[in-house]
Amino acid sequence: MTPARPRLNAGWLLVLPLLALVVALFLGPIVNILWLSVTDPEPGLGNYAALFTSDSLGKILWTTLRICVICTVISVILGYSIAYAMVHAAESDRKRMLSLLLVSFWISVLVRTFSWLMLLGRNGLVNNGLEAIGVISQPIAFMRNELGVLIGMVHYMVPYAVLPILASMQAMDGRVVSASRSLGATGAQTFWRVYLPLTRPGVVAAALLVFIINLGFYVVPAVLGGGKVLMVAEYISVQVLITLRWGTAAMLAALLLFGVLALLFLMSRFMKLSTVFGGART
Amino acid sequence: MTTPTAPGSLHLTQLTKRYGPVTAVDNVSLQIQRGEFLTLLGPSGSGKTTLLMMIAGFQEATSGDILLDGTSIGAMPAEKRGFGMVFQGYALFPHMTVRDNVGYALSVRHRSRAEIAARVDEMLDLVQLTTLGDRMPGQLSGGQQQRVALARALCFAPPVLLLDEPLGALDKKLRIEVQAQLKDIHRRVGTTFVYVTHDQEEALSMSDRIVIMRNGRIEQVGTPSDLYQNPRTEFAASFLGKSNFLRQGGAVYALRPEKIDLSPAGSGPARLRGQVRDMAYFGAVLKYQVTVPGGEAIEVDVDAWRGGDPLPPGTDVDLNWTDAAAVRLDG
Repeated sequence: MTPARPRLNAGWLLVLPLLALVVALFLGPIVNILWLSVTDPEPGLGNYAALFTSDSLGKILWTTLRICVICTVISVILGYSIAYAMVHAAESDRKRMLSLLLVSFWISVLVRTFSWLMLLGRNGLVNNGLEAIGVISQPIAFMRNELGVLIGMVHYMVPYAVLPILASMQAMDGRVVSASRSLGATGAQTFWRVYLPLTRPGVVAAALLVFIINLGFYVVPAVLGGGKVLMVAEYISVQVLITLRWGTAAMLAALLLFGVLALLFLMSRFMKLSTVFGGART
Repeated sequence: MTTPTAPGSLHLTQLTKRYGPVTAVDNVSLQIQRGEFLTLLGPSGSGKTTLLMMIAGFQEATSGDILLDGTSIGAMPAEKRGFGMVFQGYALFPHMTVRDNVGYALSVRHRSRAEIAARVDEMLDLVQLTTLGDRMPGQLSGGQQQRVALARALCFAPPVLLLDEPLGALDKKLRIEVQAQLKDIHRRVGTTFVYVTHDQEEALSMSDRIVIMRNGRIEQVGTPSDLYQNPRTEFAASFLGKSNFLRQGGAVYALRPEKIDLSPAGSGPARLRGQVRDMAYFGAVLKYQVTVPGGEAIEVDVDAWRGGDPLPPGTDVDLNWTDAAAVRLDG
């Protein structure tokens, strides 16, 4: 018998190039950012201290957080309704709805954002139309404010919310709904006590996904906010490209990164992340 | 004032369910007595489950009506009918404890906590699960889940309990045990049970009456012994138990294997002469395949204790039976 010696499986060699790429192009830059955030312009935690002293930074973070939460709530509610409709539609209708949903993933976020600009601007289709039929006399300010940002973001996020919720609804045993009815529960009781709790993993996954994407959202706030609604991602780009305060930008990026990680950690305390990202329990 | 009929009786009148061109249930009329244990027995596709789902209110009848104690409930949704139901696969609420599952029907009726707790205790006692109340369904065995489903469905004292193949997921040994428990629970609660199964042994051992279904229609209704002893059709005779079919002058007779006497050839008069083709030993019975003139094989069950030594294949045998043993079939 040969003594067991720890030996690296040759198969790992195949993964090596990929591993090198990930380290060089992904982990490397992240470490670099973290490093910048504590060294630029001078070593220390000065950049992070600014979070507590600078009013503008606080305001930007608060705006970001507020918009993200509102957008997440609206997207998840809309996504839940759409997924519910899809699950209960006929097979052929469901396929049609799913392809429409997926088409929206293929259209560039820029195109979609500028479409909203055309629709909702001061002389956009909606305002002109409403004025023409005499509903309003002054154009409604849809753009260059939080409302515009929210409309654009929700529109972009809803498909992301639908998919995990749809998966959890499809994984659910439909007989429990029948069981609830046979036990005398009304439609509302069945929904709140059985349907919603059993699709909760999908809701949590959707909320997490939407919130995390929202945190770093750049295009929509920049275009539809028109500079009036400053969120973290746009502020970072300003720091990097215009004011050249890389330290502050790196600090904010690190903050986003840790925020997301903290969120994932928090969720993992309540439920297995694998069930969240797997869509639903079996 | 007394009601004209006691609570829990069901009357199905000319119930029909069509899915497009397919008729799943075809003009079924049936009277189910209060407190009765009635089994709908049939192969898959016979319409038994569709019929149960119509009684439950999950499927709407294309035509016909259902009366509960004389009142039409055909247009009533499932949640209003107040029938208990045990689903195939149990359909327990996986996110609730056993207690919350069992108490669900009372909880949605806004009963007080104390009342619910007392009733849940009573139900868990009935199904012998008193110690498992705080478990989640996922932590229970199949047999235990089945009992939780039963307790949940009976907790609100429904007039009718519908059971859709509730023992299908259990292994054979457990199934026989649970059959006895189910029968016992039926006796104790006195609720009308409507039970769907494709398993003839389940049907025979538990039911007061059996409805044999085929292609959406009722083939025959009767008590287990009535159906077993006096089947009216080949289908009924072969679906419930085993049967030989003898054709004589245009008529067909059903003859159960255990009602045939088998003896070595030449020991006396014989209705049929044949030759043992095969013999299988089952402990209590010996199952013979006997080839008779015309090439047909006749099955004969012989009591192993009284029937003497097994006869080897190739032995010539005489087959005898009494007139009453052969049942003339319709058509």
